[in-house]
Amino acid sequence: MATTTPNRYPASPFFNKQLQRFGATGLITLFALILALVFLMPFGYGGITAFKDKEQITRSAKGSILPLDPSYYTYPTFEYDGETLDVYEVEAGDQTYQWALVEENKDTGQATYVDIEQPGELITVTSGAAVINSDVVEDIKATKLTAELEIFKVPMEDGSIRELAAVNKTRKAVTFVDPDNPEAGTIEWEGRWRELDMKMVFAPRTGNFKEAWNIADFPLLFRNTLAIAAIGLTGTLISSVCVAYAFSRFPIPGKNIIFLVLIGTIILPSQVRLVPTYAFFSKIGWTGTWLPLTVPHFFANAYNVFLLRQYFMTLPREMDEAAMIDGAGPLTILMRIIIPQSWPVIVAVGLFHFVYAWNDYFEPMIYLLGNPDKVPISVGIQQFNFIYDQQPHLIQATSLLALVVPVAIFFFAQRFFMQGVVITGVEK
Amino acid sequence: MTASSGVVALEQPAKTQGMSLDKKRQIWGWIFLSPWIFGFFAFTALPMVASLLFSFTDFDLNAADEISFIGLRNYQHLSEDPRVDESLMATFKFSLIALPLAISLPVLLASLLNSKHLLGKTIFRTLFYMPYMVPVVSATYIWGGVLNSETGWINRFLEEVIGLSNGPDWLFSTTWIYPALNIIGLWGIGNAMLYTLAAMQGVPTELYEAARVDGASPVGTFRHITLPMISPVIFYNLILSVIGLFRYFDTPFILKEGSGDPGGATMFFNIHLYKTAFSFKQMGYGSTLAWLLFAMAMGATVLLFITARYWVYYAAGEE
Repeated sequence: MATTTPNRYPASPFFNKQLQRFGATGLITLFALILALVFLMPFGYGGITAFKDKEQITRSAKGSILPLDPSYYTYPTFEYDGETLDVYEVEAGDQTYQWALVEENKDTGQATYVDIEQPGELITVTSGAAVINSDVVEDIKATKLTAELEIFKVPMEDGSIRELAAVNKTRKAVTFVDPDNPEAGTIEWEGRWRELDMKMVFAPRTGNFKEAWNIADFPLLFRNTLAIAAIGLTGTLISSVCVAYAFSRFPIPGKNIIFLVLIGTIILPSQVRLVPTYAFFSKIGWTGTWLPLTVPHFFANAYNVFLLRQYFMTLPREMDEAAMIDGAGPLTILMRIIIPQSWPVIVAVGLFHFVYAWNDYFEPMIYLLGNPDKVPISVGIQQFNFIYDQQPHLIQATSLLALVVPVAIFFFAQRFFMQGVVITGVEK
Repeated sequence: MTASSGVVALEQPAKTQGMSLDKKRQIWGWIFLSPWIFGFFAFTALPMVASLLFSFTDFDLNAADEISFIGLRNYQHLSEDPRVDESLMATFKFSLIALPLAISLPVLLASLLNSKHLLGKTIFRTLFYMPYMVPVVSATYIWGGVLNSETGWINRFLEEVIGLSNGPDWLFSTTWIYPALNIIGLWGIGNAMLYTLAAMQGVPTELYEAARVDGASPVGTFRHITLPMISPVIFYNLILSVIGLFRYFDTPFILKEGSGDPGGATMFFNIHLYKTAFSFKQMGYGSTLAWLLFAMAMGATVLLFITARYWVYYAAGEE
């Protein structure tokens, strides 16, 4: 590299190299950033969808992906005594008035209006009759004029785009009113309103998580999942530590072959032992209980034993030997010497098991089918979503609620997970 | 193995003080080992023998008292069962995409994370690993939404940015369902990526320096140093993926509720097995299917181990 071209400026090769390195760093980091964004994009989809309702989801097939609602403008209205009132067109005798409704009593059928032309005194209508200008007028008919008008983005002749509310739509022309300046009167616009874009406003539905939480009964699902995970965790830690201790410290004839068999069980397809195990558990009445999901964990597991054994092997034996000479038994050595030095890997195994139990789907599904009050979260949300499969927003909400715990554990205890991988990776 | 010499050292004092202590330690060893030994027999060895025996019977859990020995009839049924061919075909089609991805993606991602030009390595490592923690049920539903042909972000992207108005019908087309399932499976890549990264970081730097001195190109260095040095991990990832293929169940089952839709394309072998054994409680024929699966998985593993001799490089010369 250094001997390729003679340079006129002595500082230049160094500078050039620096520049090249900056360029490479920028490009590669940018590439990784884009890749990570694409990879994690579904979280964004799930998060945004969980804040929509069904209509908003359907609408997001076109236009924006955000939870948006069309916006409306209530028109016409009348301000009276600090309140915004609906306006009615009232036929009274041979006259037509525009009145605003102040108060209405549904029980007595009595309504109080104010004339928007002469807002001085109130007019009370009882059973279609009222006193207007000191005359009694009967057969009064009131038709509501106030409506929720859709707001469109309207391209004007001068090239600007105005947000206007449509008062009246015909096929080829629309009468608009400007929501910011309704007093200016209506604006006639020629063109097809169907081709106009509606003005949308950000309107997230915040109640979906609560709804999903209540309908799917997350408190129960969390309790079940935690209980199954905690029992299995206790079992697998006690048994796997013992077995790993045996493999790492004791002279057992044929130990290497036994260890190979242990590792071999990792690649065994579980189906080949699951069918008769299921038949057996079903025969002794364990299906529909947590026992098939917890009891087997009290008999160690190849992954965990492997991880723990690898770690135990790295611990110096001098302390064991010293303790042994002092007369400590194998159990004392395990409790006092091995375990206190092995907390990182024990925590790692515990976390791996917890996340495994939290995420496991197949076994809880086959053993707890038809016992909705005992199922863990994975089976619970699958059954919920089976019933609510027409409610995509609730499906996304439950999915996000179910992943919070394992993902949070991972973020807080990353160090232990990475360590577990490193310990395993050393051997392979 | 250096570790075994340590064991010998520990056993030494026992031997000098007489057989009884050695014997005692051996007994203690068996005691500590006993949970696994018991578990192995109770939950692995005996069930395997049992399922082999079941496969020669008409054991039906709905009528568990009337088991009779039917010889090879289940195996004969196996060859006539159209579902077996269909489900093996589905598994095969899926693996055509899944295996190349499982081999190449962890290596590519790990290379990226191992690049000396990448800023924020630990953050990216965390981000790429994190989806591995997401429950498969959640991942399936979330991706199911992303892959929705109308409102999903992938087709929205294709339409808005690429201008492709009729994106693939990912979840309901018998062709696109396989890429779709593989896309959903990408979130499980974290572990393989980390193993590969650990292996890459373990490659001695002297090798890279020697290559640089010899004027090797980056591609050449990768091809002739990195790849051979990490080949044991690639092999390990490959074995796990093949085993994973034979176990593949959760995602298609959750996505399609075990229906096999569209048109049987997601009726993977394990879903057929599940329906036979656990839905219809036909433990006899279910065991036959399970043993077929076992035989295929073992066959594939053995085959891989044989080929490993030609492409997997063990630096220490062992295995």
